[in-house]
Amino acid sequence: MLLQVKNLRCGYGSLEAVRGASLHVCTGEIVGLLGANGAGKTSLLKALVGLLLPWSGEVRIAGRETSGQPAWRCVSNSTVLVPEGKMIFAEMSVRENLLVGGYHNPDRRMQMELVFERFPRLRERQGQVAGTLSGGEQQMLAIGRALMARPMLLLLDEPSMGLAPLMVKEVFAEIFRMKDAGVTVLLVEQNATATLKVADRAYVMETGEIVLEGDAGDLAHHPLVKRAYLGQRDEDDSGQPRQK
Amino acid sequence: MGTGDLALQYLLSGITKGSIYAVVAIGFNLIYSATGVLNLAQGEFIMLGGMVAVTLAHYVPLPVAVAGAVLVVTLVGCLLEWSLFRRLPNHSVLHLIIVTIGVSIVIQEASLHIWDEKVRSLPYFTGNEVSSIHLLGAAISPQVLWVLGTITVAVVALHGFLKYTLTGRAMRACSANPEAAMLAGINIRNMRTLSFGLSAGLGALAGCVISPITMTHYEMGAPLAIKGFAAAILGGLGNPMGAVAGGLLVGVLEAVSVSRMPAAYNDVAAFVVLLLVLFVRPHGIFGLPSGQAVREH
Repeated sequence: MLLQVKNLRCGYGSLEAVRGASLHVCTGEIVGLLGANGAGKTSLLKALVGLLLPWSGEVRIAGRETSGQPAWRCVSNSTVLVPEGKMIFAEMSVRENLLVGGYHNPDRRMQMELVFERFPRLRERQGQVAGTLSGGEQQMLAIGRALMARPMLLLLDEPSMGLAPLMVKEVFAEIFRMKDAGVTVLLVEQNATATLKVADRAYVMETGEIVLEGDAGDLAHHPLVKRAYLGQRDEDDSGQPRQK
Repeated sequence: MGTGDLALQYLLSGITKGSIYAVVAIGFNLIYSATGVLNLAQGEFIMLGGMVAVTLAHYVPLPVAVAGAVLVVTLVGCLLEWSLFRRLPNHSVLHLIIVTIGVSIVIQEASLHIWDEKVRSLPYFTGNEVSSIHLLGAAISPQVLWVLGTITVAVVALHGFLKYTLTGRAMRACSANPEAAMLAGINIRNMRTLSFGLSAGLGALAGCVISPITMTHYEMGAPLAIKGFAAAILGGLGNPMGAVAGGLLVGVLEAVSVSRMPAAYNDVAAFVVLLLVLFVRPHGIFGLPSGQAVREH
């Protein structure tokens, strides 16, 4: 088991965002974490990498307890988070973004070749200032930058957010291809349809708790998922967060 | 000497002083973009550099003394970050500014005790106070060339470091987005310490080369900090090349004002620039209006 989370609680100030969540991700899997805006998905991811200090509970990556470590240690645990909203270094070039992503990787130039093979667009634009890329390209860069650290576990936070439908498709195809590279993925998304298509298993989170888990295929037909995350998507495809 | 020659003389003296303001301004920017701290103790690094070098020069050759001073002051800068600012996260910009003013006073008082209130100076690097080089009709001291040359090399080296080395890129990444930098595995605390060290070391180097011309005195830091701050604001806070232009501009304005107005108004030019810029164009000449808003850390 690559990632094991037990009874994790965390939050901001006195506000508890994650209330005792437990989940696990096995090596080689793509696991989805679904839920509406404010369900605590992002907070959970932040606690996994150390951007947020867990209040209690346990986070084990490859068997090692990692909770409480500063965020820059997560790379040494072979875990990289691609945060929500891309967070690329806008004023630096594409190439520089990638090199910084490989900060701890002595073979960063070789790794950059692999990233370029995966994302040929990034090779074409390697000298360009990252902030001038399109939204989709920026997302590719954010993922490519994460791959520069050669992670075993890739945590993706809303990679499809704000992208055009065609780009969304491309991003999900890339995520599916992570399997070939031997990268395990925990994917946080509001786009349940696409997530359940690429994921092996998935969890559903509501108000800080995991309320449902199962194989992606089964979950796609679960009444709760259909009603809350799939049903409405047909009427309201704007990607607007829906509050229950 | 004709009016043209005189103007050139003023211009050169302005550029010389301005290059020191530019160093202070670059120091401001380095620390500000990495940590969000507006370090008003920046001028003290220049003073300390001169003081330490003067003392060391009693025992070792001048180049070694200068190198030693740069090293010592770099360590002082690192220590400041490590002992103070690292322990004060999540404080407002204003709190941190007040802390830096405190630091500045402490360094001044400590220097008064370690050394004394006497004005000192390093010897001229080449020649002496009367030797001069004639350049386009103006007579300049060889030390001026030392100042301009050293600072040019230092600024270009700093630029190269930030632009082309992994550590430099990591530093820029920390300024651009600390959270994303952490996620790439960069220890941003160490980068912040490094930004203080670099900016202190650069200041110390400037303090050494300028010492034969302007002398070194325990109280010299504060006015330099203010003028350097004016230069940084003028160039756009966070913009390193803007800092160079801003520094030179403040220096030249000052030299021109000295030539036109009584010497008592010596420091007025910088303050007028500072106030004007703050009122009219707070993001500086080269800064973007949206780019560098003061961040609340």
